[in-house]
Amino acid sequence: MGRRGKRRGDGMTPRALLEWVGAKGRAFVVAAPLAWLTLFFLLPFVVLAKISLSESAIARPPYLPIWEWAEGVLNVSLNFGNYLFLAEDPLYLMAYLGSLKIAAAATVITLLIGYPMAYVIARAPQHRRNILLMLVVLPFWTSFLLRVYAWIGILKGNGVINNVLMSMGVIDEPLVLLQTDFAVYLGIVYSYLPFMILPLYATLVKLDEALLEASADLGARPFVTFLNVTLPLSVPGIIAGSLLVFIPAVGEFVIPALLGGPDTLMIGSVLWNEFFSNRDWPVASAVAIVMLVVLVMPIAILQRTQSGKEEAN
Amino acid sequence: MTEATSARALKPWEDPNAKPFLQIRNVTKKFGAFTAVNDVSLDIYQGELFCLLGGSGCGKSTLLRMLAGFEMPTSGQILIDGEDMSGVPPHKRDTNMMFQSYALFPHMSVEKNIAYGLKRDGVPRAEIATRVTEMLSLVQLDGLAARKPHQLSGGQRQRVALARSLIKRPKLLMLDEPLGALDKKLREETQRELIKIQETLGVTFVVVTHDQEEAMTLSSRLGVMTAGQIVQIGTPHDVYEYPNTRFVADFIGSVNIFEGKIAEDADDHVVIHSGDTDSDILVSHGISGVKGQSVAVALRPEKIAIERALPESLANRLAATVDDVSYMGNLSVFHVTLPTGKQVKVSQTNRRRSDDDAIRAGEAVQIGWDGAASVVVTA
Repeated sequence: MGRRGKRRGDGMTPRALLEWVGAKGRAFVVAAPLAWLTLFFLLPFVVLAKISLSESAIARPPYLPIWEWAEGVLNVSLNFGNYLFLAEDPLYLMAYLGSLKIAAAATVITLLIGYPMAYVIARAPQHRRNILLMLVVLPFWTSFLLRVYAWIGILKGNGVINNVLMSMGVIDEPLVLLQTDFAVYLGIVYSYLPFMILPLYATLVKLDEALLEASADLGARPFVTFLNVTLPLSVPGIIAGSLLVFIPAVGEFVIPALLGGPDTLMIGSVLWNEFFSNRDWPVASAVAIVMLVVLVMPIAILQRTQSGKEEAN
Repeated sequence: MTEATSARALKPWEDPNAKPFLQIRNVTKKFGAFTAVNDVSLDIYQGELFCLLGGSGCGKSTLLRMLAGFEMPTSGQILIDGEDMSGVPPHKRDTNMMFQSYALFPHMSVEKNIAYGLKRDGVPRAEIATRVTEMLSLVQLDGLAARKPHQLSGGQRQRVALARSLIKRPKLLMLDEPLGALDKKLREETQRELIKIQETLGVTFVVVTHDQEEAMTLSSRLGVMTAGQIVQIGTPHDVYEYPNTRFVADFIGSVNIFEGKIAEDADDHVVIHSGDTDSDILVSHGISGVKGQSVAVALRPEKIAIERALPESLANRLAATVDDVSYMGNLSVFHVTLPTGKQVKVSQTNRRRSDDDAIRAGEAVQIGWDGAASVVVTA
């Protein structure tokens, strides 16, 4: 296939080649992300699913193969024990619930902070919008890890906040800020805020100003206009932004590991422990698969209701 | 209905004791260094259908937006029903507006769109339902209450927008290019309906339009705007037949302009010497001018007769050559050239389906008009 394609290309003038690529352009455009997803998502997922069904062993890799050729017979042994184990040990359920709770709360906080920011940017004069958007994206110029580390410096016992408050005489003893749930929320909200602002901005900036004027003209106070016109019409942005924050926040590992305390129970840390501390790859894989299912289900339901709504419209 | 009709017949603007409903006093609006509306004063009376007519960028929309409260005047005053509107936000004004883009709420049904204004006022639900039903039948949209705006045609959307802006029974309704998005046939139909609705409800309408035909059809009076100023206010008839400037004469309908100087100035007539014509032009009404003053004679194409030979009794007669004839169906437009090189447009109603004897391109003809047919403009 590759050779044929090459030979074809060789025999063609550059112009004809361009035309050929142009004609196949659609296919290329679709194929690239498809190949990417297959290679870096679907294949690892299949591998993970396979491992989650095998048995842990002290070996290399640390699990038993799920199928074996023995004397001309294919032996397949699927082990669902890992999943049962997840159900039996309350640690996992607590970790899942903890993750969902922290992610959900952090998403709501991010939305409450991000919405006004996106609104102000969308309503700002054209020339100022790009600067404001740049400022939103600016933190991405520094590594995510470094930014989370920076929060340690700010929050720790002799960190920036405590030093300032103590030197001002507001407090006598340093506040315990680091290694708390508060620090985890702070880290998540801080890190994911741009992912909330950008889709919200995209929907709000498209909002027709005449609709707001029409609402005011018909007797609605600005806040009533916001509730009846702006908010309902920005729902797609709210959903997109919330998903972009919620999904990575559920599986977040770095932030709870660096900023969270021993009580912060999140599934990301559990996953890490299973893989690297316990070296129990099958259980770890099962944890990962369940997490994926837990996350995919609501998204799928959401998508269905969304597309159903669009059809109804 | 009789009230509105009689108001129209009575011409309140001619009554010195009539109190204007809407008073615009020396209103100026500046955006930075740009003056969008420049010292406009205008009185509009109860029950009028007033058109603000002008090209794009003339300031007509800005003026309308100031009436609605979306913009505040830089200087000057707007009084609605005697009440000063300075600093009153849109949601506290008893006015409503129909937007050029219609601005229907895309996430709401037709019914919810129309009910929106009443809901904001806390009108009881049962009354809202009755009034929405009434409104729907007034704009002939019965049965479409549950549709969303994107499921409607352009004409239907226009009606929803109209219904939504009328349901609060505003004292003043503003319409920004209300028929701009409709095709010609639908436009004409809707124009007549709009007038009917306006007369039925007795609401004062202020319409902004760039379409002079629309302004002529709709309005009780119209104001011609250019460069932020109103240059003439009058009934469609007055503005068409007695334009006060070259700009108005040219903007409303089509016109032939003969530049010249006053050669003879009497009480009942003037003679104007024009380089555009071989002979002097006689105008059989007096004007306020002085001898030697530069003026222009404005003459509508339909007021010019065109024949191979015209009777000598006609006050103004000129020889001309026909360049071409445009057949428009209802009328024919003759483009003729005078011996001076001046081009003149003449139109004639096509009374017959076919005329073998019709004047054709290339023919030598005479054009002529009565002394009362033309109007002299000094500005």
